Amino acid sequence: MKLLAWIYLALGYAFIFLPVVVLVVFSFQDGRLPVPPFQGFTLKWYAQITSDGALMTALGNSALVAFLSSAVALTLGFLAAHGLARAVLPGSVLMRGMLIAPMTVSYLIIGLGLLTFFNRIGVKPSLLATGIGHVVINLPLCFAICYAAMGDHQRSAERAARDLGASEAQVLWHISAPMLAPALGAAFFLSVTFSWDEFLIAFLLTRFDVTLPVEIWSMLRSGLSPATNAVGSLVFLISASVVVLAEIFLLRRKP
Amino acid sequence: MRREIRLGWGLVAPALLWTAAFFVLPFAAMLALSFAHMEGRAVVQGFDAGNYIRAFTDWSQLKALINSVEITATVTVVSVLLAWPLAATIAWRVPARWQRLALLMAVLPFWTSYVVRSYSWLLVLGKTGVVNRGFALLGLGPFEMASTRFATVLGFTHFFVMLLTLTIYANLVQLSPNYARAAQDLGASRLRTLWHVILPLTLPGIVTGAFVTFVLCIGDYVTPQILGGNNELTLPQLIMLQMGRGGNFPMASALSVILMAVVTLAYGACAKWLRLDRL
Repeated sequence: MKLLAWIYLALGYAFIFLPVVVLVVFSFQDGRLPVPPFQGFTLKWYAQITSDGALMTALGNSALVAFLSSAVALTLGFLAAHGLARAVLPGSVLMRGMLIAPMTVSYLIIGLGLLTFFNRIGVKPSLLATGIGHVVINLPLCFAICYAAMGDHQRSAERAARDLGASEAQVLWHISAPMLAPALGAAFFLSVTFSWDEFLIAFLLTRFDVTLPVEIWSMLRSGLSPATNAVGSLVFLISASVVVLAEIFLLRRKP
Repeated sequence: MRREIRLGWGLVAPALLWTAAFFVLPFAAMLALSFAHMEGRAVVQGFDAGNYIRAFTDWSQLKALINSVEITATVTVVSVLLAWPLAATIAWRVPARWQRLALLMAVLPFWTSYVVRSYSWLLVLGKTGVVNRGFALLGLGPFEMASTRFATVLGFTHFFVMLLTLTIYANLVQLSPNYARAAQDLGASRLRTLWHVILPLTLPGIVTGAFVTFVLCIGDYVTPQILGGNNELTLPQLIMLQMGRGGNFPMASALSVILMAVVTLAYGACAKWLRLDRL
């Protein structure tokens, strides 16, 4: 029974890592197709993609959209969570439901809805439009994480600060935000990774300036190539480092 | 007290307005558009249910819905069945100090680019791919595995096993070991303990994970487009096709509304156990 569990674990990891290993190994393929047999080691595909202007621009666009949209989503989500957790508002259940709702809707529908809406009011597809869409998908997440993290302990500290004459802005900035720092960090980090990797909304809402997943998508059109493997490996390296760093510095101190 | 309520409203308002402007309003616009129809290349706004009738009577449209539901149901069930033992092994067998690492490893490929992840499976499953090379050594194949429903299901399952391992693990470690101890002290076998005690207690977590899987899977365009080929369409593929080739936004809107209705039905079916706010 014990042995069986370990075998299952090993098989599980093998299944989970199989595509990633194949992706990374054949990004070093010295040949034109990223499939066996392995013909030798080269870094030329990495050289090719890092000198590809369109790709690097897309990478910059993705980073920009990810950070800005996450900052907006986190700010809105944090303020809303604070408002709903601290004051007893009429209809608060309804408001919570509305803020969470986009989480249960497919990205395709959010993207298509925004496209329809932007068409109607005359907003052209752009990075800004994509950013707006990414705030819509990340706001529920930021709100939920902040809301769940607000406890009685913070409530008393905030009340004490108010009794001592702090304004609400001071309470938010000097008491609530620092006390919630781990949750805020986690929410921001998750938002950035979701936005950074989001394809469908960006695909529908960009035209000329595209994000990285959209650029990769157009690379796929030309079939299998070690260059695509190299891009994929590079993105994986960036994301995985961020995850590992976040694990070490941000999430470790979780109770 | 008055002041506090006014302040509360002020804090919630920006988020609510954003959601109203960029989520509720766009959805309303899409809903309205789904009742329009095309005359030539122009959209004529009206109020007819033609698109919906077509979605359920035109076999090529209805088939996409059926494909989507079948694929999603398969993926959800298979992923839960594979992920549960994996999460349980990590939670119960791996020594406590290695558990975070084991978990981190189990979900690390989660962070590969979404588009690239499906592409990687193409390298594994393709005619000249890794698996077929392996078969060739045994004198078998090659088998056509890419551009099939099998490939789509496998690609999806890979992604959701990681997601579900994470949620089910979180659920299992929260469970106090005292429940299992009590059951075993009262003479229950390990299997009975698992079935009658642990499973019911962790059901909310499993159902929540399964629901998220269902929602993400049924709305995904990338995986079936890359791995499924164009042999059979899923609903999101059909939606994109309606929009792209024909520019038929009304039909695409109607299909999207149907997609959302299916998700709502799934939500209703498992609402009893769902805890989305605790995700």
